[in-house]
Amino acid sequence: MAYRQVKFYQTGSFAVGGRLLDTPERTVQSGMSRTNALTLGHRACQGCGEALGARYVLDAAMHATGNKVIAANATGCLEVFTTPYPETSWQVPWLHSVFGNAAAVGSGIAAALRAKGQTDIRVVAQAGDGGTVDIGIGCLSGMFERNDDVLFVCYDNEAYMNTGVQRSGSTPPAARTATTEAVGEEPGNPWGQGKDMPRIAMAHEIPYVATATVAELHDLEYKVEKAMEYRGARYIHILVPCPLGWGSEPADTIRLARLAKETGIFPVFEAEKGEVVATSKIRSKVPVEDYLSLQRRYAHLFKPARRDDVIDAIQDSADRNIRRFGLLGEA
Amino acid sequence: MMERPFAITLEVGTSRANKTGGWRTQRPVYVDRLPPCNDACPAGENIQGWLYRAEEGDYEGAWRVSMEDNPMPAVMGRVCYHNCETACNRANLDEAVGINAVERFLGDRALTGGWRVEVEQPDLAGRVLVIGAGPSGLSAAYHLRRRGHEVTIYEASTASGGMMRFGIPAYRLPRNVLDGEIQRIVDMGVGIELGHKVCDLMVEMEGGGYDAVYLATGAEIARNAYIPAGDSARILDALSLLRTTAGMTYPQLGRSVVVYGGGNTAMDAARTAKRLGASEAIVVYRRTRDRMPAHDLEVEEALEEGIKMRWLSTIKKAGAEKLLLEKMELDAAGFPQPTGEFEELEADSVVLAVGEEADLSLLQNVPGLDMSGGMVHVDSTMMTSYPGLFAGGDISQAERTVTAAIGNGKKAARHIDLWLKSGGMWARLPGAPSKEEHQPAPAGERHRIAGWGDLNTWYYSDAPATVRPKLDMVRRQSTFDEVVLGLDEDNALFEARRCLSCGNCFECDNCYGVCPDNAVVKLGTGMRYEFDYDYCKGCGICAAECPCGAIEMVLEET
Amino acid sequence: MLEQIEGSKAVARAVASCRPEVICAYPISPQTHIVEALGSMVKGGELKSCEFINVESEFGAMSALIGASATGVRSYTATASQGLLFMIEAVYNAAGLGLPMVMTLANRAIGAPINIWNDHSDAMAVRDSGWIQLFADSNQAAVDLHIQAFRLSQDVSLPVMVCMDGYILTHAVERLDLPEQESVDKFLPPFEPRQVLDVDDPVSIGAMVGPDAFAEVRYLAHAKQMQAMELIPTIASEFRSVFGRDSGGLVRGYGLDGADTIVVAMGSVLGAIEDAVDELRGAGIMAGAIGITTFRPFPISAIREAIGTPARVVVVDRAFSAGMGSILATDVALALSHQSVRIYTVVAGLGGRAITRTSLVHCLEDAANDALEPLTFLDLDHDVVNRELARMGKDRRSGPSAENILRDMGLPGSG
Repeated sequence: MAYRQVKFYQTGSFAVGGRLLDTPERTVQSGMSRTNALTLGHRACQGCGEALGARYVLDAAMHATGNKVIAANATGCLEVFTTPYPETSWQVPWLHSVFGNAAAVGSGIAAALRAKGQTDIRVVAQAGDGGTVDIGIGCLSGMFERNDDVLFVCYDNEAYMNTGVQRSGSTPPAARTATTEAVGEEPGNPWGQGKDMPRIAMAHEIPYVATATVAELHDLEYKVEKAMEYRGARYIHILVPCPLGWGSEPADTIRLARLAKETGIFPVFEAEKGEVVATSKIRSKVPVEDYLSLQRRYAHLFKPARRDDVIDAIQDSADRNIRRFGLLGEA
Repeated sequence: MMERPFAITLEVGTSRANKTGGWRTQRPVYVDRLPPCNDACPAGENIQGWLYRAEEGDYEGAWRVSMEDNPMPAVMGRVCYHNCETACNRANLDEAVGINAVERFLGDRALTGGWRVEVEQPDLAGRVLVIGAGPSGLSAAYHLRRRGHEVTIYEASTASGGMMRFGIPAYRLPRNVLDGEIQRIVDMGVGIELGHKVCDLMVEMEGGGYDAVYLATGAEIARNAYIPAGDSARILDALSLLRTTAGMTYPQLGRSVVVYGGGNTAMDAARTAKRLGASEAIVVYRRTRDRMPAHDLEVEEALEEGIKMRWLSTIKKAGAEKLLLEKMELDAAGFPQPTGEFEELEADSVVLAVGEEADLSLLQNVPGLDMSGGMVHVDSTMMTSYPGLFAGGDISQAERTVTAAIGNGKKAARHIDLWLKSGGMWARLPGAPSKEEHQPAPAGERHRIAGWGDLNTWYYSDAPATVRPKLDMVRRQSTFDEVVLGLDEDNALFEARRCLSCGNCFECDNCYGVCPDNAVVKLGTGMRYEFDYDYCKGCGICAAECPCGAIEMVLEET
Repeated sequence: MLEQIEGSKAVARAVASCRPEVICAYPISPQTHIVEALGSMVKGGELKSCEFINVESEFGAMSALIGASATGVRSYTATASQGLLFMIEAVYNAAGLGLPMVMTLANRAIGAPINIWNDHSDAMAVRDSGWIQLFADSNQAAVDLHIQAFRLSQDVSLPVMVCMDGYILTHAVERLDLPEQESVDKFLPPFEPRQVLDVDDPVSIGAMVGPDAFAEVRYLAHAKQMQAMELIPTIASEFRSVFGRDSGGLVRGYGLDGADTIVVAMGSVLGAIEDAVDELRGAGIMAGAIGITTFRPFPISAIREAIGTPARVVVVDRAFSAGMGSILATDVALALSHQSVRIYTVVAGLGGRAITRTSLVHCLEDAANDALEPLTFLDLDHDVVNRELARMGKDRRSGPSAENILRDMGLPGSG
């Protein structure tokens, strides 16, 4: 990982802050004056990973730009739980248009800022996985290939949660959703489908692509701040566990994000112009079962009969990620 | 302020009106749990508390926290067997925090820096007599003096320190360190009368004008083991050997020395013998290594220095140059039983290290004392059955370590202070309270211990313990120079920072950062955090992600 | 400044003179020449401080304009037909958010069958979107309406669509009076947005509104359209004072004096209708015409006022609602619901079918004699449709009608 870990006593690079760390080594989130771009009173479910991810991203972006950020938001949970009339939880200029156009709205904002000569103001467009990999991919791909000066952030919770947990192009194999029920011979989401959006983004050879999870805040903030150093199209794909859709305990949100990375299921890396330049190493590899067994969307893999074939196949795909991205070894 | 189209465009931050705290079925609360190190410390030291200061590089602050419980950190940082480190949760992660090493670092800093302790000026000060200037007596004197009482110590021998001076060899506790820490207590105004042997305590109590007495004479009589011995056999006890050596007179033990016993004193005796020129120092013990009472560290260091061990053996007979050993075996209950197999062992002298006993003769005229089992029995306030007479240290308890003695002294001081403040003044106030009227101080709420399972160890970086440098072997085997050397500041700081701060918030900001609902308020450095229950939805992420287990989820009352 | 120029290029020049700051372009006939010309002006440096975005779709175009407009810049795009339908979600959204912008709609039929020629089906498909819709009856009107559209859009904070007939206007080359930059600058003040994404004064735009306030929001959208109705004549009169031309407004009458047969229509067909009116008047038939310039908001009062009390009204509509009839006639009928009048509907010019003066005159003569069917498809080839209807009645698997008709007519591409 290009991001430098502080080798440090108690909590090193992993905790949010620490009274003994020098300020630059603390996260933006640890600061008493963090922006709280997403503030008190939003209506996200208990333990919402997306609420966390959005605050992390926008606060870091605000920090990196001297509080000059405009956000465009796709329809979805993040939009619904933050802006039900008459209340908004945002504290940054924010625009929601429709489901599939956050990237294009971002392009338009960026163009307007350029026309006004206000290129010190930066644009973050954000969407869930549906608004990114499915309905939003057209506008997103256009934004990428034009290299518009927008940071697009996908908060990936691996299904359409806002509408009641339906499958998206980001839903992993075998996961149960309302449209891929755990019935039939191949219960859950079919194998051999789905999109790997970070690699699709990389294929556009845009300046910067990164993945992150809400479990490693230093890494996430580093990536947002780094993204803000570039001009042009940038993409960060953040895994945000969803207690509702995943059937997990609200308290396990960060734990699950951590396990997704530590199993190899969710590779955390950075790429510049289509080339992987750094990977976040697995600290202590764990079997995928540790991750799967905490989520009711995978309950059919364990009960009534244990599906070793499926668990093994998921393990294989995690191992493939580990090989592909070189996730083991010294950080 | 721009004109905002109705309903579609909203003023930022207005969701604060939506108090999401109503969703909650459980709430997080900050707790302080008892770190296992603190729990395990016989002196009751707030170890996590002083490591917290040391982490910041505030060594004097750390030392002052330590001094709340322990007047002799430099000594303890050398001779304590650090149960704290055995209990340390970090051992499950990589290795225990080198608490003892940091304590020594702090203690040495204090000596170098000449740091002093303030003495309180209470409205009503008592006069307390302490008998014995060993660790327990010194500890009690220190704590009483800090509370402003007048304290006098009677010490029978010509130097203070007790077993710290006469039982622990200089290679483990250099005398300048011991002297420095005792002097600091003396400088607080504690009077020590050396060479004042108390033969009849009743006489002292009645005549001395004291309000209370703390009896801490220790256990300095070497226990004997009956060994049939020839005339020419040279047999001496370990305490005499150590005491003589401490007085800088080195006895002639011969080429081959056998030490009989398996405790710490046996180890000290064997290592001392080696330093006095024995080419062979052999410990004979009737059981196995794992059943030895000696501390593992001492055994290790002894083995490093070439001390040999003869397990499962008893000495049946001692001759001029040879011993007859009988092999033993352990029965089902773990007791050694004779096997009838014998062997010979060369020995120029035999050092007996089979335990120590207390001299209780000075108590003969004190009425009503329970001295069964060779010990003075005390109640939970450390008072004997004689009102105003308290006892502690080796004379009253089985765990005969410096640390336990210091802990005893502290505890006794607390109760003596209470006793005095509740009117227990023999000398000046009539109507001293009776034994029954003297109540133990109400115990503070004892926190639940922070166990390994309470921690979220993901957040702790791998940081193996710092190995304390040791003196090179040739010098260890031939001189009384200190074997284990201290940490430098970098190492000490690193070591302090390895503390996991089990069960006590160390302000890592995790709760503040991981709350999806922004419901944790950071109050600023040193002031920790508080929950904003107006908005906390009770998801429990803060508790799950608290590295040190300082947040607990409790059910909301419905 | 008079110039012989193609309609599209003239509109491009007019738009450029309004100093747009963000333009989105996605190719679709017949609007392509407009954005091509604008692109060239931006790239060549002629149009300064303007971002020209080659978007990936019409949906992207409208979405980018939403972002741009909300950021407080003057925004423009052009589209037609399928393109308009592809962006329709964002079209509604722009209006719902009350974001000022101008879009040219080069009117074109909607498939299937795919057809690139003119009619008004596309404009009718978004008549309920909340946009203001203006119809140009000539290229001069198209030029003038664009300038007025930018003014109107920012004054009421709503998006405005200027409809001009595809090919008939967009590709016609004629002599036009192109506005001087100085005059445009005088007429069109700098854009001061009602709401804007401002880092120094942040707001959240695009909230979710539930049953408690949604009806009020919709009512307010209607009220804004009504405000626009008030404003449009004022802007037209200001335009006249700056440019010296009558242009814009709500409706335009022709030969209404004593007319008992009045034709109502929108767009370029009005030229042919005026010729027909002249011809009918020559033949003693008291014909007149009303051109509707502002279709949304629909100028009920202005129509009532202009139309008087004729015996009959003939609505010539370039679009229709299958299963119902003329869309424009439905609105006109509502406007005339207070009076007794026969209303005839003529659906004409679908998919680029030429509307000839001869056919119009013939049709209007029938109307004047009350001999016209209530719903007439001008110049419909009855033989063809009857054959196909017969075929469909006989054979369940009769095949696609469009191809069958082409084959019957012996047209190329019929296989």
